[in-house]
Amino acid sequence: MTENVLEVNDLTMHYMTRKGPVFAVDNVTFSLKRGESLGLVGESGCGKTSIAISLLKLLPENANILGGEIRLNATDIVPLAESEIRKFRWANIAMVFQAAMNSLNPVYTVEDQILEAMQEHMGHLEETEMDERVDQLFRLVGLDPAFKDQYPHQYSGGMRQRAVIAMALSCDPDLIIADEPTTALDVIVQDALLKQIKLIQEQLDMAMIYISHDVAVIAEVSERVGVMYAGKLVELASTKAIFHHPIHPYTMALMSSFPSIVGDKTDLVTLPGEPPDLLNPPPGCRFHPRCPYATEKCREQEPEFKEHEDNHFAACWHPGGEA
Amino acid sequence: MVNTDTLVAIKDLSKLYPVGQGIFRQSDMFVHAVSNFNLEIKRGESVGLVGESGCGKTTTGKLLTRLVDPTEGNIILNTEDGTVDIAHLKGKEMKRFRRRVQMIFQDPYESMNPRLTIYDIVAEPLDVQGVGSIAEREARVADLLETVGLTPASSFLFRYPHELSGGQRQRVAIARALVIEPDFVVADEPTSMLDVSVRTGVMHLMQDLAERLEVTYLYITHDLAVARYMCDRIAVMYLGKIVELSQTEEVLHNPKHPYTKALLSAVPIPDPTYTRSEVEIKGGISKPVNPLPRCRFYERCPIADSFCESNDHPPLEDKGEGHFTACYKV
Repeated sequence: MTENVLEVNDLTMHYMTRKGPVFAVDNVTFSLKRGESLGLVGESGCGKTSIAISLLKLLPENANILGGEIRLNATDIVPLAESEIRKFRWANIAMVFQAAMNSLNPVYTVEDQILEAMQEHMGHLEETEMDERVDQLFRLVGLDPAFKDQYPHQYSGGMRQRAVIAMALSCDPDLIIADEPTTALDVIVQDALLKQIKLIQEQLDMAMIYISHDVAVIAEVSERVGVMYAGKLVELASTKAIFHHPIHPYTMALMSSFPSIVGDKTDLVTLPGEPPDLLNPPPGCRFHPRCPYATEKCREQEPEFKEHEDNHFAACWHPGGEA
Repeated sequence: MVNTDTLVAIKDLSKLYPVGQGIFRQSDMFVHAVSNFNLEIKRGESVGLVGESGCGKTTTGKLLTRLVDPTEGNIILNTEDGTVDIAHLKGKEMKRFRRRVQMIFQDPYESMNPRLTIYDIVAEPLDVQGVGSIAEREARVADLLETVGLTPASSFLFRYPHELSGGQRQRVAIARALVIEPDFVVADEPTSMLDVSVRTGVMHLMQDLAERLEVTYLYITHDLAVARYMCDRIAVMYLGKIVELSQTEEVLHNPKHPYTKALLSAVPIPDPTYTRSEVEIKGGISKPVNPLPRCRFYERCPIADSFCESNDHPPLEDKGEGHFTACYKV
């Protein structure tokens, strides 16, 4: 018996390209309890979305899971065939994508699209029960059920994103992965949506992985935060610890390079260089070319991802910058 | 007569776009993208123009660079060569003006010709304006590439945009804008496509160059936190109008207009222990198509009353110490 909804162990996923393999996700390990929200933060190309599509096994043809396991309610889904995976999607694990317009079919009404997912996975319900459930879902995400027989283009950006969330919730999943759901929205709309997501997550006691490049958004919605850099999970701890007491030099730099409108106007830290090319990642620690604390050891040996303090994991030879 | 400290004085600037106009059909519906916009920008100052998407900030930027022709109003530019009204320039005059005002675009992937080398891209303004000999241009471009942090310049000169990362491309875009030493640069969300660790470097570079080359910026952004670091003053725009204008810290810590207050309380804070105040307004921004003669913010305003509805949009007034607000209730 396990209380973890999701356990990811040593997950490695590479994209095969003509130039060679892209090391998009490498030996990533984390777990998620029921009702817990985990934020995954990192820059573009760091592997956040690659993790998400691996968890759903919605992989493009050139992507391969080379190792590790993804235990969803204790079942490892990595070896499962597509037909088996289909039973898990929507019912156990659902995803909200960044571009809501692309995840809605323009020629069906929003209601029909939600019903379609439910008919597949909740076939035991009567038609009237399903209709009722759609209304409930609309109210849950803060939409008026009167709009349910409209088409996606008749919705505003914020409404579409709410509709996609309603769809993700339709089959009562244990885990929702939200990939930059508010990135394309204006702040006021974003604020309302973030509040709604937090409320729903608490109400339904659902586990959630929230992916974003925006450190401030992650601070608002997650209990724990995983920081990714160049295909690696480099630090994982409680949100408070990540923000107030980060130990990986990348996280430390990320936190002090993010501007805020409150508090003192501190100098923003600039990291030298650019994130590495994942076709040819640097040896040793992938962050060493940009790290102010890097030593010979960092250039040669890859640091292990381990627990440095209580529930505070990091992959670094010099956590907190110590020698 | 405009003050000589003033580099740009924008007066009653408006841009109306017709809606649903056809070849044989004149439209009587207009989107008031920018309407009666007034702003003075001092020499060496950096003013931030912030607001939600669709509020008219980008249109304002395009009007100031004359990429779009204004419907009404004046844009007075004071330079060493004298005073000109940008809004009514034509032909040769227009070309001369282009030397004084440049623009940096949001998307470093779309704003460059993929078939030109970095040298060609940065040297193009010099070429168009006929500045210097070829040798001089080469020296100037190489020098500027080093200045924007693309070192050594020789390794970048003959590369193509697709070989560079987003941050490097945006540095090229900055070099291109500054190569003919303009007085005024309109920067439209220059860092919003960049990742955090790269963004800070570009922000520092722009500030550094502003001081060194005495550039005046109009910095268009939706991100108030970035504006805090880049701008001396902030103008908050709503549906084609400035609703609040003051010193940056004053706007952030002592907002007066209900829209600014809402905008500020909606910005997520990168600190899990910080509790924001509730956002009091609802809904999204609408399109200002033939707006009613009342406060543009009336529909979403938490403190509006019948006076706001029955009177025209409030004027932008100084409510003390250069803190301008367009609201009857302040």
